[in-house]
Amino acid sequence: MTQDAASSPARNRFVKTSLVVRKEFAEQLAKAVFFLMSVAMVAPLLAIVAYLVWRAWPVLSWNFVVDVPRRGMTDGGIWPAFIGTLYLVGISLAVSAPTGVLAAVYLNEYAKENWLNRIVNLAVINLAGVPSIVHALFGLGAFVYAARFGYSILSASLTLAIMTLPVIIASTREALAAVPASFREACWNVGATRWQTIRAVVLPNSISGILTGVILQVSRAAGETAPIMFTGAVFFKAVEKGQLLPYRLDEQCMALSMHLYTVATQVPNVKESIPYATAVVLLGTVLAVNAAAIALRVWLRNHKKW
Amino acid sequence: MKTRAPAIETRDLSLWYGGFQALDGVSIVVKRGLITSLIGPSGCGKTTLLRCFNRVNERYGCVSTKGEIEVLGKNIYDHDVSLVELRKAVGMVFQRPNPLPLSVYENVVFGLRLHTPRIRLRRSTLDEAVEKALSEVGLFRELKDKLDFKATSLLLEQQQKLCLARLLPLKPEIILMDEPCSALDVDGTRAIEELMLGLREKYTIVIVTHNMAQARRVSDECIFMLLGEVVEHSRTADLFLAPQHHKTAEYIEGRYG
Repeated sequence: MTQDAASSPARNRFVKTSLVVRKEFAEQLAKAVFFLMSVAMVAPLLAIVAYLVWRAWPVLSWNFVVDVPRRGMTDGGIWPAFIGTLYLVGISLAVSAPTGVLAAVYLNEYAKENWLNRIVNLAVINLAGVPSIVHALFGLGAFVYAARFGYSILSASLTLAIMTLPVIIASTREALAAVPASFREACWNVGATRWQTIRAVVLPNSISGILTGVILQVSRAAGETAPIMFTGAVFFKAVEKGQLLPYRLDEQCMALSMHLYTVATQVPNVKESIPYATAVVLLGTVLAVNAAAIALRVWLRNHKKW
Repeated sequence: MKTRAPAIETRDLSLWYGGFQALDGVSIVVKRGLITSLIGPSGCGKTTLLRCFNRVNERYGCVSTKGEIEVLGKNIYDHDVSLVELRKAVGMVFQRPNPLPLSVYENVVFGLRLHTPRIRLRRSTLDEAVEKALSEVGLFRELKDKLDFKATSLLLEQQQKLCLARLLPLKPEIILMDEPCSALDVDGTRAIEELMLGLREKYTIVIVTHNMAQARRVSDECIFMLLGEVVEHSRTADLFLAPQHHKTAEYIEGRYG
């Protein structure tokens, strides 16, 4: 007699078959693998940070940050590079953030879906994928030579701005597109112009997303070496300890990423913890900016009326 | 004596979304102070037609129109027509309540803030407008202590009434409703329908609905559309009891749709 489900006695219903056992095993295995992979992402990060801090520990102090390099860069601090990085990142974002956000608003809110819009879109996406060394060459040609800004903070910042601009445009567009269409409809139907709609509804509801995109570019601009190496970052610059505004915009400056490269590879007999300490400061600066951005976002979310 | 122009009159109105023709030679007259319902199966162009009346269709991109639309006697495609003024006079309520993520108070005065220079905005004027608008939609008693609550935290029914109240401070003459009850439960639907009947005469209301029973309950006149064309337009009672066209008859019997 065949023992199919319909004819088996009731107490044998809904029990595990061997197939189900196998499926459950696969389920457990899949879950474990996925969990391991997500942990595997955290582990290297922690390891890197811990290793850096451990190696940097002997020289890491507030004095290391505000002191200038001494004895042919083999000793002392990193103040000129630290402040130089702040200059470069600050100026480049002051240029690229407003330009990028406003361009994205135009593209997302005003531009009709036509060939021009599509070309701009394509350009933005491709520009975001251009390697930074190519941006560096462009900056060298465009700002250093053609615009006659020379090797200077201005040239380097503008090069960084060009590099970050497309990503800011793309992330801002995403943030704007995430604002529900119904909010816009509500606005149009009480006779709001496009600008009023943007001002009153679209921007307040996307500002945290826009900020996130912009802030992420801080770390990118702070970390890049190639674009500034060709256009305005310099090996050494004499600056006084703790001086707040040591550079003019038409001068070259030192920068953390560049400094890290030189002390790690170009200068003999550097105290071995100095490159690590430089890396820690660079990382710390970026993390501090990110933390500030998160705080700002939370604050904006709670005070949505701008 | 000059007779008053109808609320809305279209003449041979056709509309295309890109290459797709959504409206085909629509000529209708919507009388003032009545509730007119647009019925018909999905995709027949009801909502498209509704959106024509305050030209909000143009914001959805790739739309071209032919023909004439007169609102309150004025051709809204005339060069001197300001879309801002048109949309103040012709407001719209949507299928899903779409309060802005602001307080109840700010939602109601949103239009006023847009259209009044900041210097002329007095707190007292705004307060008055809020009380008047919310009273008109029957929300003031329930919400007068919750004016600074987030509008999105209200019940759906309250949200929908609020969306209606948001139009009123601008003193609209025509209110367009795009399936205003389809997200609401029975009680919510009843509340909105009663509200519509209360606002009748003061405002001209055009409502798009999927729900034939609702069209029958609330509207004075009924327009039946099919595939972008108007099939029949008559008094609601006539349309449901003695449809002139066999397609109308089949639709209201539920043979298709």
